[in-house]
Amino acid sequence: MFLVTMILEAALGAILGKIGAALCATIAAFAGGYAISKIAKTTMESIARQPESASSMRSSLIIAAGMIEGATLFAIIVCFLTLVL
Amino acid sequence: MMLAWLISMLLLAAPSPAPQAEEEPLDIAEIIFEHIGDDYQWHIFSWGEKHVVLSLPVIVHSSTGWHVFSSRRLEHGESWKGLKIDQETGKIVEVDSGKRPFDISITKNVLSLMISSLLLLVIILCTARWYRRHDVLKETPTGIAALMEPLVVMIHDMARENIGEKDFRRYSPYLCTVFLFILLINFMGILPFFPGGVNLTGNIAITLVLALFTFFTVNLTGSKQYYQELFYNPKIPVFLRPIMPVIEVFGALMKPVSLTIRLFANMLAGHIMILCIVCVIFIMAKYGPVLTGTMSVVSVLFGIFLDALECLVAFVQAYVFTTLSSIYIGLARAHEE
Repeated sequence: MFLVTMILEAALGAILGKIGAALCATIAAFAGGYAISKIAKTTMESIARQPESASSMRSSLIIAAGMIEGATLFAIIVCFLTLVL
Repeated sequence: MMLAWLISMLLLAAPSPAPQAEEEPLDIAEIIFEHIGDDYQWHIFSWGEKHVVLSLPVIVHSSTGWHVFSSRRLEHGESWKGLKIDQETGKIVEVDSGKRPFDISITKNVLSLMISSLLLLVIILCTARWYRRHDVLKETPTGIAALMEPLVVMIHDMARENIGEKDFRRYSPYLCTVFLFILLINFMGILPFFPGGVNLTGNIAITLVLALFTFFTVNLTGSKQYYQELFYNPKIPVFLRPIMPVIEVFGALMKPVSLTIRLFANMLAGHIMILCIVCVIFIMAKYGPVLTGTMSVVSVLFGIFLDALECLVAFVQAYVFTTLSSIYIGLARAHEE
């Protein structure tokens, strides 16, 4: 059972690495999108409740989205390096 | 109905991928890395077989002394004065030992940096000239001052909000400079023709230096309160005293790293996406005219959308960099209230 797995791994080594990297980049993009959508949802609801403070909420949204996207892009860069190197 | 007809036409007309003529295989990775990487020559455009290329000066200090020459001498793998361009990394190495000499050549990135800095200087000085000649309380700005005023006022107000009323004026010039500089470089990266089209903020060295400017501004002008909170905070309980400095110093070091990676990865990813979409046309070129035509239309439309998205991302990334820098400076200038 494990012998078969080992033989497959040796044969498909490079391709498994590429599949893993592409899969992880997808997961990172999905996680980033989900997180930013959650803060966008809360921001929309807050702006609907209090339209006069919309501009400060907008800048908080941009800052929070920037930080989350920073974390997402850490993962994307790692996946890209795995693909290329 | 139209969609069904279109799909059936495509399926009928697309032959199997057979190259039309004897051409070398298309290496997409090489094309993309050529556009986002650094180079000793600036390739402006190609007219068929003729390449219009700006050969930039090479300034190295190798084991045989200083050498300054045009990079045209090193084209096509030739070597000059014991130096050649290494095929894999694209950088100049010595022929005998294969080591890198001390290389301060004017490469594509360096020249683009100089051009962008000069352009920014011209824009800002023209704006300042308007403010010197007109009283701002009596007339609204016109011309280039009208373009720059909302941007500068936005950053100045952001500095006032994040750093506090007392000493934001000391840091506002730095924040305005870094914002306008990153914005200009990002926009120059989106322009596909000379003098733009150089992937400058997608180069981690440049974003690292910008983040280090923020790091030094924060840490060299930090107040006593800031350093106290970093190292020896009398307010935290005794059993946390050993590990809090470690966590705080790690946090202070991670701030410039996250600034670097955020800007670099956003810009690099945007450029790679646009290049991939344009390369789709060249990949489809060997699949026949119908598929090429259709995919060209799709690729151009998607490319326009991506370019618009890139403009937005350019502004947002410059804004986020500046906002986070101002927040870090504000935290460092916190006084015992």
